[in-house]
Amino acid sequence: MDKNKRLDLSYSQMKWETIFKRILSVMSAIIVIVVAGVLITLVVESWPSIKSLGIGYLWGKVWDPVNNIYGAYPFLIGTLLTSFTALIISIPFSYAIAIYLGEYNPKGWLSDLLKNTIELIAAVPSIIYGFWALFVLVPVVRSLETKIHVAPYGVGVFTASLVLAVMIIPYAAALGTSLIRMVPSPLKEGAYALGATRFEVIRSVILPYTRSGLFAGILLSLGRALGETMAVTVLIGNTSAIANTFKDIFFGPGNTMASVIANEFAEADHALYLSALIELGLVLFFVTVIINLIGKRIITRYTNN
Amino acid sequence: MKVVKSLQLAIVAIASICLSQSASAQDNTLLGAGSTFVYPLFSKIFSEYDAAKHVKVNYQAIGSGGGILQLTNKTVDFGGSDAPLNEEQDKKIGVPVLHIPMASGAVVVSYNVPGVATGLKLSGKDLADIYLGKITNWNSPLIADANPGVKLPDLGIVVVHRSDGSGTSFIFTDFLTKVNEEWAKKVGKASAVNWPAGLGGKGNAGVEGLVKQTPGAIGYVELAYAIQNHMPFASVQNKSGKYITPTLETTTLSSNVTLPADSKVSLTNTDNAKGYPITSFTWALIYKEQNYGGRSAERAKQLLELMWYNIHEGQKDCAPLNYAPLSKSAVKVAEKILKSATYNGKAIL
Repeated sequence: MDKNKRLDLSYSQMKWETIFKRILSVMSAIIVIVVAGVLITLVVESWPSIKSLGIGYLWGKVWDPVNNIYGAYPFLIGTLLTSFTALIISIPFSYAIAIYLGEYNPKGWLSDLLKNTIELIAAVPSIIYGFWALFVLVPVVRSLETKIHVAPYGVGVFTASLVLAVMIIPYAAALGTSLIRMVPSPLKEGAYALGATRFEVIRSVILPYTRSGLFAGILLSLGRALGETMAVTVLIGNTSAIANTFKDIFFGPGNTMASVIANEFAEADHALYLSALIELGLVLFFVTVIINLIGKRIITRYTNN
Repeated sequence: MKVVKSLQLAIVAIASICLSQSASAQDNTLLGAGSTFVYPLFSKIFSEYDAAKHVKVNYQAIGSGGGILQLTNKTVDFGGSDAPLNEEQDKKIGVPVLHIPMASGAVVVSYNVPGVATGLKLSGKDLADIYLGKITNWNSPLIADANPGVKLPDLGIVVVHRSDGSGTSFIFTDFLTKVNEEWAKKVGKASAVNWPAGLGGKGNAGVEGLVKQTPGAIGYVELAYAIQNHMPFASVQNKSGKYITPTLETTTLSSNVTLPADSKVSLTNTDNAKGYPITSFTWALIYKEQNYGGRSAERAKQLLELMWYNIHEGQKDCAPLNYAPLSKSAVKVAEKILKSATYNGKAIL
């Protein structure tokens, strides 16, 4: 009697083991299928555009739906410029927050408050950022632009980058905080025992130990910045012409791939136009993939050393 | 083997989600989709229609282009569009589609010129030159000619246009194309064009934000939006040479001209001497032959009755919502168009 019961139990245990494993693999397979499906759809739908415009699409500078001339270059530049500028602005903040919350002040009400505030930054819908910045930040930038003698539009690549920077801080900060908290205390205690100051511990123990993880956080932020649409659309000025000097490009209006798609997709009224917009999505897909691959490469190299 | 099996299961899961979605079509509700411009008017009319006749109408404001696509795919009973079907869309649908005017709307030119609170006058040609980036300062003699007695400041013009593809941009560029040859040659008309100058704002709200904040800015928005948000707007010169202030009356007047039988007409630069020149119909689109895709005769009749209601009783909802009601000649044309709709070749109304 007793023996049988135990046998039953182990049968059902075995069954659960199999079912659970099956659920896990199906879930991961679904994700792979969805990503592959997105890629296939993008290629198929943008095929008419690829066929008729060729590779010149990538460096064509004119986007003219009336005459069916499409070039993605201004938007490619706009996307990369806003994302990397935002990233450079956000890194000092996200690292500082990660170190402060991870090492200096990991517990207590102040830490909780700060942590919740940062999580809130990620929770605010992006259109709110867009319109807040349009009415508050843009006038500030405009007066700045008057002082440094560039055309005082207020909106443009620089303004969009500022807001993007705020929006992407939580991603790198949150990952950084949890990684820094996970640094084994024997390592830190050893350094302290040798007479290291707090700053020295951070510089020579914590940062080297968490380097690859912190970099992964930056990649996450960058991915978010590349694809961000609504806030950027409201703030970037939406001009597909490219200015001549870098100063004018940086402070003047521009456009990104994501915002062009968001702006024009709903009313794209002929086949080639629609296809060219979808090809923009395909280009954005590849840009993200390439940047992620480069990032992974850098992480592996750092970790090996 | 295992990998293949889990892939199969995953595909089945995804497919079943898709299937359950498409199976949930409604039976006793008329479906429409399209223009966002006409959405506030439609929702008012349709809620009243439901109260009076107990027929529900579900209208999705997804944009004119989207509405036409939905109609082409036969997933809706009618589409809403601010522009008639273009050649490519016509070819894709393949069968005759009726355009029924529902109301008209105007696009107004708003500005932010310190010292000129109201009453700026602009000719169509100058307006196009401003948008071409050829007139770049408010003190240009060309603008001054149209505005005797108005002191225009020495201030750069900041051109603002819509960044999103929209019927508003279509109407505006359609007008510029008619009044300025260079515009017609270089830019043309569409819901999104290659703007030679200026900034793009997202939606009416985005354009309003930029115009209100930027000294020297000029932008265009829908009349209803400008009235609701107290934006100053310019009088624009019409074909007869008169400067017309955009109002609901001057908008309606612009369509009080001899209209073609299919109502597929661009109203911009109207022949009516009292009409405001930057206006357009917004249309509801339905198939001429209503027996398609297994539709019942009853459903076809319901749809036609709804359209009939829209162009008659529904028109009283226009003015309070800042839409211009149809002119007399437009209602007459619309009636004729509705009577031409058929079910199995027989007239429905």
